[in-house]
Amino acid sequence: MNRMTLDLWVGFFVAIGLGALLFLALKVGNLASASTGETYVVKAKFDNIGGLKVRAPVKSAGVVVGRVADIQFDSNTYEAVVAMAIDGRFKFPRDTFAKIRTSGLLGEQYVGLAVGGDTEMFKAGDVVKKTESAMVLEDLIGQFLFSKAAEGNDKK
Amino acid sequence: MLDSALSAVRGLGRRVTDRIWRLGFASRFFLMTLVYSGTSFRRFFLTIREIYFTGVLSLIIILVSGLFVGMVLGLQGYDTLQRYGSSEALGILVALSLVRELGPVVAALLFASRAGSAITAEIGLMKATEQLSAMEMMAINPIARVVAPRFWAGVISMPLLAALFSAMGIFGGYLVGVQLIGVDEGSFWSQMQASVDFREDIVNGVIKSAVFGVIVSWIAVFEGYDSEPTAEGVSSATTRTVVTSSLAILAADFILTAFMFRG
Repeated sequence: MNRMTLDLWVGFFVAIGLGALLFLALKVGNLASASTGETYVVKAKFDNIGGLKVRAPVKSAGVVVGRVADIQFDSNTYEAVVAMAIDGRFKFPRDTFAKIRTSGLLGEQYVGLAVGGDTEMFKAGDVVKKTESAMVLEDLIGQFLFSKAAEGNDKK
Repeated sequence: MLDSALSAVRGLGRRVTDRIWRLGFASRFFLMTLVYSGTSFRRFFLTIREIYFTGVLSLIIILVSGLFVGMVLGLQGYDTLQRYGSSEALGILVALSLVRELGPVVAALLFASRAGSAITAEIGLMKATEQLSAMEMMAINPIARVVAPRFWAGVISMPLLAALFSAMGIFGGYLVGVQLIGVDEGSFWSQMQASVDFREDIVNGVIKSAVFGVIVSWIAVFEGYDSEPTAEGVSSATTRTVVTSSLAILAADFILTAFMFRG
């Protein structure tokens, strides 16, 4: 094999190898949908974040508008402080409600933003006033049993 | 009685010292390969020639086995997932297991037995027929002329082959899952894209395969260079290349996974 055809084969090999990497990055991974643009950070305090993790999605109306950037524990108020990096293209009113939701019955947890009616918008570093904690299954069952027991007492 | 016990201990000690000696020589050899690779890059067509032999000629085995591994993942994954009513998650299962683990590891194991053994046999035979000594007589450094191009060809080819393996495997999973079984195509791809992270999964997989490329190429060139210059010596060096690099790949995979995916 002379050098010219050999170069052609090696060039072909490197090209399809890089093509496979590109396929993995764009079609399999989330590079295409991940915004590389500006984000701003808004914080929210929750009594209980359940199984929320860093990099979990932040959704509004079911559309991913940002990611959880950081989760801290505030030892003064004993609350979890969740920092959310929200895409700079999307503005939310200052009275937006942040709730921790679960996608599907056993799916991952995410932060849902329910939009309010304020005319002022969030700025970087703002704190979400209204939050709703994660639903904890044990608490729900406990409440259910408690109310059942209360019903039983009423009948007597 | 005492004599046989003594000789057993002596034999053990000699074997351990021998291993440590070889490890030291292997490390020095690795450094020398890095030092002389500047010289070999000035004649880059040598490396390109070796990429042809190690990379291009491994394409068929990598592509075909990637396709079949992906197809098996599609079948097995569907079988388990549909019991829990979440067969749409098949895309996630196929893509994550290929990109994170199977792609780099299986491609590296195939590469070690397909290309690593060939490199060892070639360098070992060059040594046995005294071609390496002849080069030294002509004031050509055999490490720069023979070893470094083969080493770098392996390091360059390995990540590309692993990426091809993963891409082909995902295509195989798509063929079986979507075309054959009938999982919904939209959720197959969208769930995959939602949970495969570029930095966390794909880049870590590429880093893994690059590390495996260094390990396999290093072991292959070293075993060839260090082989006994006899027919028997070359054959046992080739066997050692495959065994040692397979074990090294799996051990390194555990260490890298422990660093990368702890969250």
